[in-house]
Amino acid sequence: MIEVLVEERCVECNLCVKVCPLNVFEKRENQPPVIARQSDCQTCYMCELYCPAKALYVAADAEDTVDVSADEIIETGLIGSYRKDIGWGKGYKSTASQDTAYKFYLK
Amino acid sequence: MSLEFDHSYKLANQNYDVSLKADVLVIGGGPAGTWAALTATENGASVILVDKGYCGSSGATAPSGNGVWYIPEDQRGEAMKSREALGGYLSERKWMERVLQRTFENVNRLDEWGYPFPIDEHGVKHKRSLQGPEYMRLMRRKLNKAKIKILDHSPALELLYDGYGIAGAAGVQTQENNQTWAVQANSIVIASGGCAFLSKALGCNVLTGDGYLFASEAGADLSGMEFSNAYAITPKYSSITKTAFYEWASFTYEDGSIIEGAGSKRGRSVIAKKLSEGQKVFAQLDKAQNDHDLQKYMRIAQPNFFLQFDRMGINPFEDRFEVTLRFEGTVRGTGGIRITDETCATSVPGLFAAGDAATRELICGGFTGGGSYNAAWAISSGYWSGEAAAKYALTYNRNNHDRTLTRKQVVGINEHHTPGETLGGNELTKLVQAEVTPYNVNLFRAEEKLTSSLLTLNNLWKEAKSHLGEKDSDLVRVRESAAMLATSRWMYSAALQRTETRGMHKRLDFPKTDDHQQRRLITSGLDEIQVNWDSHSLVNI
Repeated sequence: MIEVLVEERCVECNLCVKVCPLNVFEKRENQPPVIARQSDCQTCYMCELYCPAKALYVAADAEDTVDVSADEIIETGLIGSYRKDIGWGKGYKSTASQDTAYKFYLK
Repeated sequence: MSLEFDHSYKLANQNYDVSLKADVLVIGGGPAGTWAALTATENGASVILVDKGYCGSSGATAPSGNGVWYIPEDQRGEAMKSREALGGYLSERKWMERVLQRTFENVNRLDEWGYPFPIDEHGVKHKRSLQGPEYMRLMRRKLNKAKIKILDHSPALELLYDGYGIAGAAGVQTQENNQTWAVQANSIVIASGGCAFLSKALGCNVLTGDGYLFASEAGADLSGMEFSNAYAITPKYSSITKTAFYEWASFTYEDGSIIEGAGSKRGRSVIAKKLSEGQKVFAQLDKAQNDHDLQKYMRIAQPNFFLQFDRMGINPFEDRFEVTLRFEGTVRGTGGIRITDETCATSVPGLFAAGDAATRELICGGFTGGGSYNAAWAISSGYWSGEAAAKYALTYNRNNHDRTLTRKQVVGINEHHTPGETLGGNELTKLVQAEVTPYNVNLFRAEEKLTSSLLTLNNLWKEAKSHLGEKDSDLVRVRESAAMLATSRWMYSAALQRTETRGMHKRLDFPKTDDHQQRRLITSGLDEIQVNWDSHSLVNI
């Protein structure tokens, strides 16, 4: 489930509010959005992928909340790592062009 | 009455904050819906697409790596043959052929539109896989370019009618102070996906069978609802229902000893059996342990498969991790709204169905439509339904006339409610899940348990008819719970009728395939459910 929104990193673009299929986030006036309905989160990682500021972190547990240290995930680079994997954002290239799935179909 | 509980009252009184008009309304913004919208526009129709979440990130495709049944012409014979026996010979060559051809052409269009397909060291471009986020972002851009109006976070909650038949839909906008909306249209494409019963299978919590319910309320029937018991292997607690790489896994008990017969494909029921006995099951991708090139390819092919492990601190090649089977219902099953002709029409004039909302038996028979087949079906059925919906809308154009839109009385949308006696959407969802999720009812099927579950569900329907309303949830959840309840009843009614084992439908009390039952099962009705054998005969090839 979505666990962390690092307010200091947030650029208040509200893309997470927009792209979350389950409407988990809530927009606020002149402030970062909040995780308003965490239990509705389906753990699809789409918010983290779309976040341009690497301000969101989705933990792998889809059923329960877990303790996550913001400092630790920033330090280990886990926060926003899915966006890097997909190759979105400035300075990156979509990794779809390196999609190796065909190697498995050939086997 | 609190403000947030006003929606039922407003919809019941047809009090809409926003009223719009289009030739074609598409319900659902995944691959099927976006292909439908685009094709309808190309055929001259004005289109509005509504999505429960966000067109581009909603549904099972967007967060996934997706294989596509993209097969060059000279390999298609073999590709079709490999599926037929698995599906219990309920598929049809004619449909497989046209889906293969349509998919081939449309995937080539994705290439022309700039989807970055990989090119190998020999300069060959590979188009059998689509990365979900990239694919759906591209589709949204195409819709924007075509000036198709998209209403995000706007779940449809019911269809609307006029003197001629279906005439639009109504719903709410969940991010706009829950405003109510109505769209008037000459034809409708239902592309709202399958039903995974809020199990948190990847991307599937928007897929609650809403389209099945709308179609049924309009008078359409369904087909193949017995093929609705797909379960995917996931690490325990994880949402990542991507199972391809478990081909490299061995499955073990807690003490590390091998579970004989357990596997990712045929051996999945062995895993289910152990889990239902209360045993823990562990997996490890040890068969790829020493192949570092393979590991690298796996990682690039399915980034989020590894994302989950990275975040749980697990090395899946070196470590054993606990797994479970997550319910995927009809999303990876094959049942859905019955298609009556090659335009993907339903039995209701002007109403079309595409993607997982429609039956996929035509190409998959009774065995999982998951992965590449569903992707190909979404592309093809989306295209055909969009084309036909546009033609229908432009032929029978009633939008220029004054139309009075009316509604039918439907479960969960009531003008008045009595809070003390109300059955809540969350409450009902839990009761339905308790009947459809257990392996020992839905996966290992037998008359006694199916009958008893169906009785419970039928009684719940009676209760829902008089008491379901906004109490512990908003109206969206209320209607979702009604859709899931209806879906579960169609599933078990069909499962009881099919007294044999075929495709993914396994009856413990009828373990053999019965040649006389090589027919599809058509399910219809809401208060009273009818299950009938399709008169259309199918041949073994």
